[in-house]
Amino acid sequence: MSELLKRSVRIFFTYGIRTLSLLFAVSVVSFVLISASPINPVQQYLIGLGTAVSPQQRAELEDYWGVNEPPVQRYFGWLSEVLHGNLGESALYRRPVAEIISERFWNSFALMLCAWLLSGVMGFGLGCIMGMYQDRWADKILKKCCYILSAVPTFWLGLVLLLVCSVWLKWFPIGFSAPIGVRSEDVTLGQRIYHLILPAFTLSLMSFSNIALHTRQKLSDVLSSEYVLFARARGEGKWTILRRHGLRNILFPALTLQFASFAELFGGSVIAENVFSYPGLGSAVSAAGLNGDVALLLGITLFSAVFVSFGNMAANILYGIIDPQIREVEA
Amino acid sequence: MKKHKTAPNRRTKLVIWTSIMALALIAVYILGIFIPDTAVFSSFLNAKQPPSFKHLFGTDALGRDIFLRTLKGMAVSMTVGIAASLISAVIAIIVGIAAATGSKAADAFVNWLIDLVMSVPHTILIILISFALGRGLKGLLIGIAATHWCSLARLIRGEVLQLRAQHYIAVSRRLGKSHGWILTHHLLPHLIPQFFVGLVLMLPHAILHEASISFLGFGLSPEQPAIGIILSESMRYLSAGMWWQAVLPGLVLVLMVLLVEQTGEHLQTILNPYSVQQ
Amino acid sequence: MEQKDTTLLEIHDLSVSFRMYEHGLKQTDLQVISELHLTVSRGEIVAVAGSSGSGKSLLASAILGILPENATVRGHIHYQGEELTAARQEQLRGTEIALVPQSVSFLDPLMKIGAQLDGHRRPRQTEKRKNLLRRFGLPEKTPQLYPFQLSGGMARRVLVSTALITDAQLLIADEPTPGMSLEQALEALRLFREMADEGKAVILITHDIDLAIAFADRVAVFYAGTTVETAPASDFQNGSKALRHPYTKALWNALPQNGFQPIEGFQPYAGALPNGCLFAPRCPYKTRQCMENNPPIREVRGGEVRCWQFEHPCDEREVYHGT
Repeated sequence: MSELLKRSVRIFFTYGIRTLSLLFAVSVVSFVLISASPINPVQQYLIGLGTAVSPQQRAELEDYWGVNEPPVQRYFGWLSEVLHGNLGESALYRRPVAEIISERFWNSFALMLCAWLLSGVMGFGLGCIMGMYQDRWADKILKKCCYILSAVPTFWLGLVLLLVCSVWLKWFPIGFSAPIGVRSEDVTLGQRIYHLILPAFTLSLMSFSNIALHTRQKLSDVLSSEYVLFARARGEGKWTILRRHGLRNILFPALTLQFASFAELFGGSVIAENVFSYPGLGSAVSAAGLNGDVALLLGITLFSAVFVSFGNMAANILYGIIDPQIREVEA
Repeated sequence: MKKHKTAPNRRTKLVIWTSIMALALIAVYILGIFIPDTAVFSSFLNAKQPPSFKHLFGTDALGRDIFLRTLKGMAVSMTVGIAASLISAVIAIIVGIAAATGSKAADAFVNWLIDLVMSVPHTILIILISFALGRGLKGLLIGIAATHWCSLARLIRGEVLQLRAQHYIAVSRRLGKSHGWILTHHLLPHLIPQFFVGLVLMLPHAILHEASISFLGFGLSPEQPAIGIILSESMRYLSAGMWWQAVLPGLVLVLMVLLVEQTGEHLQTILNPYSVQQ
Repeated sequence: MEQKDTTLLEIHDLSVSFRMYEHGLKQTDLQVISELHLTVSRGEIVAVAGSSGSGKSLLASAILGILPENATVRGHIHYQGEELTAARQEQLRGTEIALVPQSVSFLDPLMKIGAQLDGHRRPRQTEKRKNLLRRFGLPEKTPQLYPFQLSGGMARRVLVSTALITDAQLLIADEPTPGMSLEQALEALRLFREMADEGKAVILITHDIDLAIAFADRVAVFYAGTTVETAPASDFQNGSKALRHPYTKALWNALPQNGFQPIEGFQPYAGALPNGCLFAPRCPYKTRQCMENNPPIREVRGGEVRCWQFEHPCDEREVYHGT
């Protein structure tokens, strides 16, 4: 097991350097894009405040965004602030961005975790069924469903679910009846879960076809392998083979894929949160974009990149755990 | 029904099917473009009508015919999708060839670049690009184009690497042909089918992204009848029971995306010579 | 009558073909085993010997009933006097009939050897497993290893052990010895002999004719998907005169110790099989009859052979097989 740990640490460092370079590049690109926009972060922040702004406050803001400095210096000044944990002040919410992110992330995290687990379990289960009944009617129908689902936009699916489950059947609340930016302190856990079910379900439906089709393919590869032929020769039945050999060989690749899909998950949550007016990072980022809240937009972009690299790192470590075995077999 | 003595082989059938689907797509597109703006007029007398023979998809809160708006919106979405895919596919082919024929460092850089694009959720990256360019069509186009080239670039890189290993290319090089000559005479002819298939397969994603981003409010302006905007408007009237504005345009979008997807897959089977043996 | 009691496995006119699709919807049948005959009695080791790619492994799959779904099987297989139906095959796999597979790729790459030796049946044969490992000289930690950690020779011994750990009456060993050292191979073959002596039977599928002659009781010569001759192993020691079929004789002459004369031509590919006798295109003694019809199987001098030269009525005593 210590061997495994060592390997994981090695992978962690090799990919860690690459990840850091990518994060650095993301920060450069986002800062350049923000700078290119016609919106001036200082002006935008001051618009709502009118004359109530003190010269000192203004100076602080100009200092944060490095208004009077050349671009490269401006970037590094901003970066050092970011690295010190200062993501600036949101023009929309009048609060520090870091505070908003840390607060809303837990909402998004709950949503994404539920969707992630749900899509993983559903996708894996259905993928197994498709693989076991390959080219039979169950497989054909499910495969068609997966293809159709991949052509359905998240926001429309959310709309239809909202229409059916909330408006017609009245099972769930109509998300957007709550104002954007509702104070989280006033919401109970039960309410929270109640508000979570439909968005999480929508989000999971979006990503499950990918994992299902992948699992199906992997399982069908396993089932046509020589070791499964041998298992059959030893009298193992269909389901024994799935239990003893199938799951063992497809679970890790599926998990790896699930971790590697954090980008789609986050992107999907932006849409789902907007449809359901769910108070997470996704609804904040679009509100920030629409209202010219530069600091918040930048903060969430950076945060999403960190979130995605976290998933990729997990995927790489997972892959690295099984990879050496495969490599040695081939050698 | 007329019965054929010899069943037409799969390839012929595929070509026929693909042509029919492509024609259907073009028909919707042309229909959408040629519907005059005056056909989609507001009329408060007709507001919020459920679907009927007069208004197939009903009317919206301003009394506009949703069916006509949807068709127009579909044409707009497809125009944006095609333009963005085209830019994206050109980026992909340039980057792919550069990675495969350039130095090792160029290859590593391209891989790193792909990782970079993949390391930010695309929805957020498009929002950011759209924000930088002051929203609207330009930001949407560039945003979608900037995020969709990665997988095609990888494919083309692999293809070029494989082609470069072929004997006739080595022979050409021995004969003293220049890089450019080999590129235009040996590589590009092989890559053109890949390019078109990649383009068509990219299109559904581009259309879906366009719709999502317009839905969020970063894409086309509210006056334009994009599908995303129609659906975004529908949210306001959802609880009032105006289901038609939410359901029907979305259904058309899904159908069109499926149609494009199928066409792309069929095109791939037709243009890929190995498919004949399958 | 006594013959009937000791016969464990009888294969009559077994043909296996695969449905293939080429050029769109055109369907063709690819015949890989044609009208194969083989009997295996208790207490003996029967070698099925033939060159690589002649479909020997498919014979094992056919007996076990684990051919791919697009395969069609014709003919009869009887096990202990009863027809081997799909349902019965399912029952017998891994209990009465065990397979020793060809290579390490038949082991689950992510499962420890111990679990693979034990199989899915309960109770686990822990004692037997220990004894087997000891006899094969496998290290005690072997059950804790993964397949990729095994050397080639270790993997072979593990594969043989997976079959020996069962109480199977019939063992089908598909090329069990390559990769083993001489002693290990001898140990494996000694274990097979012990099994046979206990009244069980072994089918040894091999491309190594020397091995077949040395260790088997009878040798079935496999050519292009059929057995052209089944002869007692001793006949091979007595030289080509004792053998029956032209291919067997040619094979014998091709052995290094017997002159190393190569056989001209190639084995026909499945899908391009000749009409008559499968060996006819390469046979120096072929007649028009050979080119037109496949000869029936005949018992000749204590062996079985499929060749038209034994069809002359006064030449040999004829025993008609099958219906």
